[in-house]
This record gives sequence, structure tokens and C-alpha cells, in this order.
Amino acid sequence: MSAISSPVNGPASRGAVFSHGLHWTPAVAIAIGLTVAALLALPLISLVRIAAIGDADIWPHLAAYVIPNAAMQTALLLAGVAVVTTVAGAGSAWLVTTFRFPGRGTLLWLLPLPLALPTYIAAYVYVDMLDAAGPVQRGLRALFGWRTADDYWFPSVRSLGGAILIIGLVLYPYVYLAARAMFQTQCAVFVDAARAMGASPARAMRDITLPLARPALAVGVALALLETLNDIGATEYLGVQTLTLSVFTTWLNRGSLPGAAQIALAMLALVAALIAFEAYGRRHQRYQAAVQDSRVTAPVVLDGARAWLALIACFIPMALGFLIPAGFLLREAVTRSLATGIDPALLRHSLTTIMLAASATIVILLLGLAAALALRLVRRRFVAGCVTFATLGYAIPGTVLALGLLAPLVAIDDAINWLSLRVTGASIGLIVAGSSAAVIVAYSVRFLAISIGFMQAGLARVATELDEVARACGAGPLKLIGSVHLPLLRPALWGAALLVFVDCLKELPMTLLLRPLNTETLSTYIYQFATRGSFEEGALAALLIVMVGVLPVIRMVHLAEGSPAAADEVR
Amino acid sequence: MFAAAKTFARTLVALGTLAAAGSAFAQSGEVNVYTYRETKLTQPLFDAFTKDTGIKVNIISASSGLEQRIKTEGDRSPADVLLTVDIGRLEDAINAGITQPIVSPVLDKVIASQYRDPEGHWYGISLRARVVYASKERVKQDSITYEDLADPKWKGKICIRSGQHMYNNALIAAYIAKHGEAKAEEWLRGLKANLAQKPSGGDRETARDVAAGKCDLGIGNTYYWALMSKSDAQKPWADATKVILPTFQGGGTHVNVSGVVLAKHAPNKVNAMKLIEWLAGEKAQHMYADTNYEYPLRTGVPVNAVIASYGTLKPDPLALSKVAAAKKAAAALVDKVGFDN
Repeated sequence: MSAISSPVNGPASRGAVFSHGLHWTPAVAIAIGLTVAALLALPLISLVRIAAIGDADIWPHLAAYVIPNAAMQTALLLAGVAVVTTVAGAGSAWLVTTFRFPGRGTLLWLLPLPLALPTYIAAYVYVDMLDAAGPVQRGLRALFGWRTADDYWFPSVRSLGGAILIIGLVLYPYVYLAARAMFQTQCAVFVDAARAMGASPARAMRDITLPLARPALAVGVALALLETLNDIGATEYLGVQTLTLSVFTTWLNRGSLPGAAQIALAMLALVAALIAFEAYGRRHQRYQAAVQDSRVTAPVVLDGARAWLALIACFIPMALGFLIPAGFLLREAVTRSLATGIDPALLRHSLTTIMLAASATIVILLLGLAAALALRLVRRRFVAGCVTFATLGYAIPGTVLALGLLAPLVAIDDAINWLSLRVTGASIGLIVAGSSAAVIVAYSVRFLAISIGFMQAGLARVATELDEVARACGAGPLKLIGSVHLPLLRPALWGAALLVFVDCLKELPMTLLLRPLNTETLSTYIYQFATRGSFEEGALAALLIVMVGVLPVIRMVHLAEGSPAAADEVR
Repeated sequence: MFAAAKTFARTLVALGTLAAAGSAFAQSGEVNVYTYRETKLTQPLFDAFTKDTGIKVNIISASSGLEQRIKTEGDRSPADVLLTVDIGRLEDAINAGITQPIVSPVLDKVIASQYRDPEGHWYGISLRARVVYASKERVKQDSITYEDLADPKWKGKICIRSGQHMYNNALIAAYIAKHGEAKAEEWLRGLKANLAQKPSGGDRETARDVAAGKCDLGIGNTYYWALMSKSDAQKPWADATKVILPTFQGGGTHVNVSGVVLAKHAPNKVNAMKLIEWLAGEKAQHMYADTNYEYPLRTGVPVNAVIASYGTLKPDPLALSKVAAAKKAAAALVDKVGFDN
């Protein structure tokens, strides 16, 4: 239903559960739909108003010199990241699900960890290590007696290829997590049948697992690609002229904020179209709800060289996406802390970061839950449309979204001020736009898609028969939600909470522009060093983001892997 | 529902009144600064200001969009002062209508007239120059012109960050203002042909590439090199390179300002003026020189020894407003010659 639809089940089965007898439920559902839609509509309207100012003069120039190259670079970047995340994410998920080999248990914990690493930090680390002046090339020069970087060829990290690899290796967990959940449950019965008929694991993968997992893979890849599209730090640093970057240069250098808004809106329309196209492409696919087959297929035990190959294949993306950059940060953090001490303000910034991320996560979770439940109980096109629309917030680059939010936030403050003048006669300051509320609203608009996606997936796994039985037993909608849906949604709630929390921790561009006075998060703290050309000085803060982010990721893995009961609960 | 909404509204209003009361109480002793300059850099300055005056400095720092934020916040914006680098951005702030004239005979005495707006809407605080980092080993000459950078003898030998970065944008704009668009295009194409690699990274990466032998000349700002020379880890790169202050033919070195504007609706205007004048004062100007390695704009304050070692800066006489006026043309030129592609 939503743009980022259920990572596990594909389209939910239809059927009006509460079609009559409960008059207030549709009204509440519509109100919820309108609320989540308004969250995105308000900034979008203010962007449209900016775009509508015009500035037609800039378009011949953009069309001749900017857009063709930027569109091509963006397409190549996205295609490359799609390939890297699919190969690394789906490949490793298939290996750890289908086979048993030494080290697999540890890998289950390590494979999702790159989620905790912001892409721009990975970019800085790899440039530092692999650039001409970095330790790797210095070592090569010493080894082979080359004098300067001009004496030999070495692939440039600061390139489109470098960007694809770095971003892909950090973002593959989106695909991994979606694919792993799918491989574990959905496909098990069919794979078992195929294997019983004598198909090899590879053939079962090609003919059964991959086609069945396509919706899940599509969701994982879509998340990774939208993250890529939102990126500005890593791509600009690596010299990739993306469309997102052209939005910024059009605004700041070409002096046309309307032109920038027009590019951003065109990109959003394109993303929406692609998502709709993908959903249309699998409109006829229906999957059995996971209820009957949420069990793990019989694993194939590998030994000898094959076990080593599987281990190495899973280890490489994880090491490149997490161990190496995190190790680099650790080394820098330790040497710097020993040399110059630790900035005492870091503790405060960590707490601010966690508080902001946690508050936003709660809001986003409640909104996502409300939206998914509204859709479950009241299957109306209008509600579905609102919810789908709300998930598009994920497809707007952060700074653009923040710019769009300025006007609606201040408008809310104006309303509050008006109220205050009427009631108390005193004018008051900007209590929404000038407080952390602004940042939390921004996070909500952007990350709501994740929460809605998880909730819908979770609900799709709850058989509609359960709703009918509950209803037959006389349960009202609140009772049904409280006693049936919520307990069964626990894994989905946790999954969403953790992913949203980690994303909020890492968020930079919206936090930079919308934060209140004297508020520093770990991301913004690192940013000031990075712009100054000494990001290593922020290594400890970067490590703190990774560490705070790793904890929820581990909790998520524990939920998914540690207790098979999580899947059983759904029954 | 309605009752709940009412309670909610009452609570909000109560909270707001509290907040308003709080800020009114604190107003005598605060100033709110929106800044594009990194807090790491400005915090020591603000700490010293607070120590001197007892006025607390509240900060929001961002990378872009602060003009839009102040403009949207409107007449209740808490912003008193906007600190930024780059003449283009200072002019953007004025064009956004978020400034008011700074009236200060004190400032007029210590800041030379070419580094402030004739109407007082912006004042320069410090200067930086766009210079050449040259390999000590491979580049023997100690002087160069910006025009020379397009000479084919440097083919494959020059490194630079994105042509759309504001530092390069201003340099290219200055070239347009001095030589006209046609000449500038020819020059930019020549410079593009001389690049060792696609523009990327930052000025620091440029210096690293020169040090590692990827290129012989790099283009960067004066203070990056000074910061490198003072950092243990980065010192080798500074040691392998030297800074040449290039000049325009028949002119001087391209400089840009970091400056300050007074917000149109500044709620703490008196404190804001104190801060602005303090930033141009002896103590702050010494800090700009010695901790930020910028050229202080106050007459009589010496530059840091590292910066002095580059030689005597002879800033190009071109009016900065002309650089700002050519900003769009420079961005368009970078697109047209595909400089970053």
C-alpha cells in the first residue's frame, strides 16, 4: 500500500473487516490518514509555492549544461548502489539462511552493523585511507620504490565508482534485513518442496527464492536508493555530480531557489512514479500469509573450502562496510583522546542526540502504528492514498525538506501567538519553529515511511480471520487492536523503532538547519570538523554515533534471530 | 475532543508565556548568533566575549539556508547577528531583506571602506586569500599569476576542489569581473585542461594530493595550509608544499571576507552591536589571526607568523561587490565548460 510497502508480505489481502456497525471508526481512520498526509503536504505546499515563483530563465541553462550530466551520474550511481546492495545484501542473507558454516552465528550479528555508520563518515574514512597521501598508497610507494603518486596507477576513491562502492557497502543492510526475513519465512515451504524434488540450493535460489523475495528485495533496495538520493555529504566530497547536488548549486550558486525547488519536485515526482511502477509490476502477485509457513527451511551444512568461501563472501561486505571504518574511527579516537583529552561537551551532545532521536522515534512509531491500523480496519482508497502519500517524505533530500518545513512551522507559531495575544495579551516567541519540536517534526516527515512500512508488514502477517473471529466474539476495534494486533505487532514495533532511531541518530542536514539555539547533536558536532578539513578530530563523536547505533541494531538482530518465537507469535 | 483541545491550547499558551517571560528576563544579557562559521572556530571567540561583557551568546550554526530561516521567522525571529564567509553570501543576506544597517563610527574607523558595505549592511571581520599550494620539490618558481594557471605547461599538474564551491565561485567571479566573460571562459577551459583529476574533496585533500605527487599545484585557502602545518598528523603535507600568493596580471591576490550582518528584527540589538564591535576589536582580531589563521581586518593587528611566511599579501583592488555581482555568471560558466564533470 505504502510506497515502502511491507518488507515481508507484499500486498495485504483485502476484505472489509469492519464495514458496518462501527460508525466512528472510518471517521477516525480518515482523520489519521489526513494527519499523516498533512505532515508531508505542508512542507510540500511551501516547496511548490517557492517553485511557483518561477525563474524560467534558468531552465535553458540547466537543460543544456546541468541536468543531462547530473541525471546520468545519478542514474549510474543509483544503478551501481542497487547492484552492490543487492549482491552484498541478498547474497549474504541467502548464504546465512541456506547454509550452515563456521562463523555464521557471529555473522548474523555483524552483517547489519553498517546501518549504524553514516555514509559521509565512511566516505571520509576511505578517502583518508586510500587517497594518494593515505597509508595504503604510501605503503605501496615504499614497497615498490615509487617516488610520487604520478609514477603508478591506482583507482581513485573520489570517483563515481568509489561512491558506488562506499555507499553500497554501507547501505546493503537494508536489503540484507528485508531479504533475510523473507528467506527465513516466506520461502521456506517452497524451497523445501523444490529441494525434495532434487533441486540444488542454487537452483532453488534462482527459481523459487529470488522471485518470491522480489517484493522484499524491492523494498530493501528502494530504501537504500532513497538514502543514496538523499545523500549530499558523501557524493559531493567524492566529486559525483548528482541531481541532489544540482538542487543545492542551483539554489546557492546559480542563485535560483525556485529553480532548485523545481528540480527537487521533479525528482520527487520521478521517485513516486518509479515506486508506483514497481508496485504495478507485481500487482498480480499474491502471497500466502506467513501464518502457515513461518519456519526455517532445513539448512545445508557446508564444510572445507565451501565453508570458507561462504564465510569470506559474507565477511567482505561487513568488514568493508563496518569493521574497517569503525576500526579507523576507533584508532583516531584513541590517539586523539590520549593526546588532547576528551571534549567534556560530548556527553551533553550525546544526550541531546539520544533525546531527540528517542522522542522522534516515539512520535514516528505512534503515527506509523495509527496509520497502519487505520488502513487495516478501514480499507478505503482515500485512507490508503493518504498513507501512501505520507511515505513519500523519505524521498525528499533533507535540506530541501527542512527548507519546506520552515514556513509551516512558523505558521503554527503565528497561530499560537495569535491565540496567546487573544487569551493573555502577550506575544510569545517561536515555540515550535524555535524549539526541538521543529527537528522532531522534520524527522517524522522523513522517517514515517519506515515506521508505516514495518507496521503494514507486521499487520499483513496477522491473518484477517483473527480480526473476524475477534469481531464475532464481540470485540470492538479498540479491544481488537489492544488484545490482538498490538501483541502480535511487537516484532514489527521493535524493528521500526530501532531502524527509525538509528536513522534519527545519523541525520545531519535537517538537524543543521532546524535545530534550536545552542543545540548540538553528534552529527552536527562532527560536521564542524569535517568542513574545516579535519574530520578525524570528530572521530570520537563519530564512534559514539556508531556505538549508540549499534546497540539497537543488535537488539533488532536479537529479536529477529535470537527467538524464533518472534515468528511464532504471529500465529 | 474539544475539551482536550482547549486544555492543550491553554497549556501551550501557558508554556509560551513562561518561555516569553524567561527570555524577557534574560534579554538584558544575551545575543543570538546564526552562523555559517563552525562553532569549533567561533566558540573561543564567543567565550572571550562573554567573559569580557557578561553577555551570553546563543548559537545556531548551519551550512546553508540560514537566510531563509531568518526570513521565514519574520519579525519574531530570535536572530540578532548572522556571521558568514563569502561576499556572495553577505550580499544574499541583504537581498533577502533580513538585514539592517550597522551604524558604528567605531567600526568605520578600524575597518577599511572596501571591506564594508557602503550602506553598512555588512561589515568584514577577517580576510582569507585563495592561493596556490605548490610542491616544494617539483615547482621552483615562487610567484605565479591566476592567468598562468591556464598555461598548457601545467597540463595534468593542477588539483582543485569543485568549481561550484563558494571559494572557487568567488575566484572565478573575480576573474569575470576583471577580464570579462569571454576571457574568463577561455581561462577556465585552460584550467580545466590542466587538471590532474576531476575536481573533488576539499582544500585539504588538494594539499594532500600535491604533497603525494598527484599534482604539482593546488588551489586552496590560506588558513587550511596553516592549520595543516600546526597539526602533527598533517604536518608532512604542509612540509612538502609551499604557499605562493598568486596575483592577477597587473593586480593583486584574490581575497574574500568573513563578515557580519545585523538582523533586521534583532531583538537584542544593543548586545548585537556590542558583539559586532567586539569582533572588530583588538582581542578578537588577534584571535582571528592566531587561532583561525585569517588576515585580521582591523588596521594595526599583525597576521600570524605562519601566514606572514607566505609573503606580504597584496589584496586585489577589485571591489568585492563586483565579485558578488558576477557570482551567478561564474556558476553558469562552471556549468558551461563542464568544469566539475
